[in-house]
Amino acid sequence: MFTQYIFHFLSIMALFSAVMVLASKKPIHSVLFLTLAFFAIAGHYVLLNAQFLAVVHVIVYAGAIMVLFLFTVMLLNLNKDERSPKPMWVNFIAFVAGGMLMLTLIGIFRGYDIKAAHDPMISQIGLVKNLGKILYHDYLIPFELSSVLFLTAMVGAVLLGKKEQI
Amino acid sequence: MKNLTNRSKIVSNKQMNFWERIYIPAILNGMRITFGHLFRKKTTVQYPEVTREFSDVYRGKHVLKRDDEGRERCTACGLCAVACPAEAITMVAAERQPGEENLYREEKYAVVYEINMLRCIFCGDCEEACPKEAIFLTKEIVKSEYDRDKFIYGKDVLVEPADPAKRIDISKRQTPEVIEFKKNKKYKHNK
Amino acid sequence: MIVQIIYKALLSSIILLLSLVVAMYSTLVERKVAGWFQDRHGPNRAGPWGLLQPLADGAKLFFKEEFMPNSADKFLYILGPSLTMFIALLTSAAIPWGPDLVVNGTVYPLQVADVNIGVLYIFAILSIGVYGIMIGGWASNNKYALLGAVRASSQMISYELAMSLSIITIVMMTGSLSMREIVAQQQGFNWNIIYQPLGFLIFLICAFAETNRAPFDLPECETELVGGYHTEYSSMKLGFYLFSEYINMFISGAVMATLFLGGYHFPGIDKLGLSPNVFAFVSFMVLFTKITFFGFLFMWIRWTLPRFRYDQLMKLGWKSLIPLAILNVVITGVVILLNQK
Repeated sequence: MFTQYIFHFLSIMALFSAVMVLASKKPIHSVLFLTLAFFAIAGHYVLLNAQFLAVVHVIVYAGAIMVLFLFTVMLLNLNKDERSPKPMWVNFIAFVAGGMLMLTLIGIFRGYDIKAAHDPMISQIGLVKNLGKILYHDYLIPFELSSVLFLTAMVGAVLLGKKEQI
Repeated sequence: MKNLTNRSKIVSNKQMNFWERIYIPAILNGMRITFGHLFRKKTTVQYPEVTREFSDVYRGKHVLKRDDEGRERCTACGLCAVACPAEAITMVAAERQPGEENLYREEKYAVVYEINMLRCIFCGDCEEACPKEAIFLTKEIVKSEYDRDKFIYGKDVLVEPADPAKRIDISKRQTPEVIEFKKNKKYKHNK
Repeated sequence: MIVQIIYKALLSSIILLLSLVVAMYSTLVERKVAGWFQDRHGPNRAGPWGLLQPLADGAKLFFKEEFMPNSADKFLYILGPSLTMFIALLTSAAIPWGPDLVVNGTVYPLQVADVNIGVLYIFAILSIGVYGIMIGGWASNNKYALLGAVRASSQMISYELAMSLSIITIVMMTGSLSMREIVAQQQGFNWNIIYQPLGFLIFLICAFAETNRAPFDLPECETELVGGYHTEYSSMKLGFYLFSEYINMFISGAVMATLFLGGYHFPGIDKLGLSPNVFAFVSFMVLFTKITFFGFLFMWIRWTLPRFRYDQLMKLGWKSLIPLAILNVVITGVVILLNQK
């Protein structure tokens, strides 16, 4: 009951800030609203009893990626809206593409039976111990593959960051 | 070039070895030194309660002396104003009227005598220039004020009280050597 | 249930109050210690030994003019210091302040939230701690403030990595992310600093960088940036920024004491046979002493070392601390593996 209120609050916050990301005039405000949206989603994770995921979400997205975004936006000092107005047909195509994505999502969630899902408070899968066990037993190969992917990305970033040509 | 002192150090840009490059020992050494300072004697003087001892010839606030009979010694000759490198001294002279002989020693006296303490550099040249032994610097320090105007000291502040008990003692400044030096005008800076 | 909620509310307000009072008096201690290191007395006019100085400072800050630059982003300008303060106060929730209190057979843990991912929680708070500084610095619309904010953010991101890598070794040894569990395993003199001296050193250096304390106080570097990110701030908004620095110091001292110096454990006191509540109090005092030591260490370092240059800071973070931390993780892993066999 109490969690219901929190759920509604977090959902409204997430939706509102997500809309504000697009609607706000200044890029800095967009970035900050995006951060707020991430916090709301982290709150949802906590409601689903997935605290590990929530905290990692905050660390990685709010703590690192958004700070870097903010850093870049501040350095470039993008105060004015300098985007050139786009031609009509680009807007039209964007509208069609976005609308189709929305239709697809609605289609997916309509067929999804929410009651079939576990009661989140009973599910213990989000707790760090269970999560670790599942990751390292059932999903070992995808997990290791993704870490290799990260390593590749890191090496690539270092190579790009180097001044001299190799 | 020959060193004038033996305190100079030869600077070398040699490569640091591993022990020096990890910096931790150097940092610990620095911390040891700063920690030692915790227990040193504090150099602070707790001013209003404790005052530092001033030298007898400290050059502080001026005083305009009176003679033994309580008459002002100053004759408004203006030599102090001329000698003043900061041009802090101004005065207005006037003739002594009959009946004022017990107030002023000479026939001419200063009606207005002002020293701007913001300009004064406390060099003591006025003291040296004075032919009548009228102006001296004292051990008293000039107090801070909230208003610039209040730093212009007039005769009300400068002239010493007539009461013999409240006279300001300047005998330490007038040792025989000083008097001899003042009389001897052959030194260039003393003309 | 209701009792538990009231207890938690009470405990968190006590901890909040404690952090505020400690931070308040840290400002006095900082100035006192700075004075002693420089052969001075430090403030000693307001009250005996200057004990009322923090109140005088606070009153002064309250009566100062509230200044806001015309070109500032009004909302973010106010949000900056409030956020900094808020985030600084958040961390204390996950720290175990002492063993359980027992009243009428009911156990009251001296910890606001024993989350099973306490270490990560603290780490998450640390990583979002930079927002207040960045928002405030940017909203001032001042070049110095912006430079301070940019410096703060890149410094925090750089040192977070080494910091988390040094915590990972602790987590590997303990096998738990819960702060309570980490403390419990350091009973007696089984402190983590003995097994992880390198990890402790890395964590300590990173803590200095994360709290923006000298020698890593580049975001507010007076000699180059006037006041850094808080150049345009005045009155209590400035007070919030300065105050949160001391709260951060207190909390990071508490985190370090908990993770590396055995938290509220001290060899011998559990054998004294004290009653549970007295024992809890003594243990809390032990923890508090350790935190005080760290607070003194922060000040000691500040008045010993000169400030780093920015490239030196980056070099230290990326080229020394992170490789060392990774090496530490590898060594710890190998040792744990060998011990298991």
